[in-house]
Amino acid sequence: MDKLLNVTAALSIVLIVAVLFSLRRAHIRVEYSVSWLAAGLAVFVLTRWESALIFLAQASGITYPPAALLAITMAVFLIVLYRMSMIISTLKDNNIALAQKVAILEFRMQSRPENSEAEARP
Amino acid sequence: MTKSVAPGSVMILIPALNEAQAIAQVIAEIRSTVPGTPILVVDDCSLDSTATAARTAGADVLSLPHHLGLGGCLQAGYRLAFELGYEYVVRMDGDGQMDPKFVPLILDKLRESGCQMVIGSRYMNGGIHYSSLLRQYGIRFFRLMLRPILGKPVKDPTSGFVGVNREALEVFSRSFPLEYPEIETLVVLKRRAFRFEEVPCRMRTRRAGVSTITPLKSIYYIVHVLLGVLVNILKFERSKWRM
Repeated sequence: MDKLLNVTAALSIVLIVAVLFSLRRAHIRVEYSVSWLAAGLAVFVLTRWESALIFLAQASGITYPPAALLAITMAVFLIVLYRMSMIISTLKDNNIALAQKVAILEFRMQSRPENSEAEARP
Repeated sequence: MTKSVAPGSVMILIPALNEAQAIAQVIAEIRSTVPGTPILVVDDCSLDSTATAARTAGADVLSLPHHLGLGGCLQAGYRLAFELGYEYVVRMDGDGQMDPKFVPLILDKLRESGCQMVIGSRYMNGGIHYSSLLRQYGIRFFRLMLRPILGKPVKDPTSGFVGVNREALEVFSRSFPLEYPEIETLVVLKRRAFRFEEVPCRMRTRRAGVSTITPLKSIYYIVHVLLGVLVNILKFERSKWRM
């Protein structure tokens, strides 16, 4: 069990460090990094705080604590992914509306009489 | 086209993606069948010369800055038509499958009935159609599914030959299904207690290019549409649902 907890702790540290590096290089925005950092930190805390893990395993009816850790980790990351899906959906809607607006503005500008006259001039 | 338009004005809307081979002929045919009617081609960021071909053939072209898919492309056209003040918009495809001689029929029905949408149906009065067996079964399935939702039968729920009036234009310019819009559009209209009618029309084989529909895409289509319809049903207000 200790080995599994150590591996999971190491992976959560890798995740936290990767997110911090991405933040530093501006590959990820601060507001979107919070979910990943919180998820990585939650998993790390559970691997180091065994009594809490055992308590959570018993509370959720799981007899083998590492299985509880796996289930909790999956649940945490599913929540993060769900949140990201919501953000992506909003961004896509905004992007479509923006693209349509740009196209319509461009169309209106090109259809203005002064533009037509300018094009007609030799 | 940016000048204010006359009351009762009509626009033909053609969403197009890589239709350079067929679009000029489609536009020429529309211009000879319904002369003087403005034609707007919404180019969904085609990789070929669709926009140039359409412009040369005499249509106005709304060029999207990047690919939005059929729903986003159509909504851009509806939005522009609404902003410009058009009363009626008839949507046609850019591959030449739809015969423009049915455009006056759709417009007459829109004006006479006062309904918000008229569908050019391939399955009325023994109209000839060229759908595959799989597609025909799919259409039958959607007919059965939509019957209780819409409160009336619909013969051709997947037809893209559709005319709408200004009320529907206003709704579509704000809210429109972004992928596979035909079936969801009917449910969107029902949510607002709008009405639709169908008129018989004939479809032809496409002038150029090949259909991009594959069995896997068909399955994705069914799942996507079912989910879209379900979401729209969840948005029904209770009072309207009882109607």
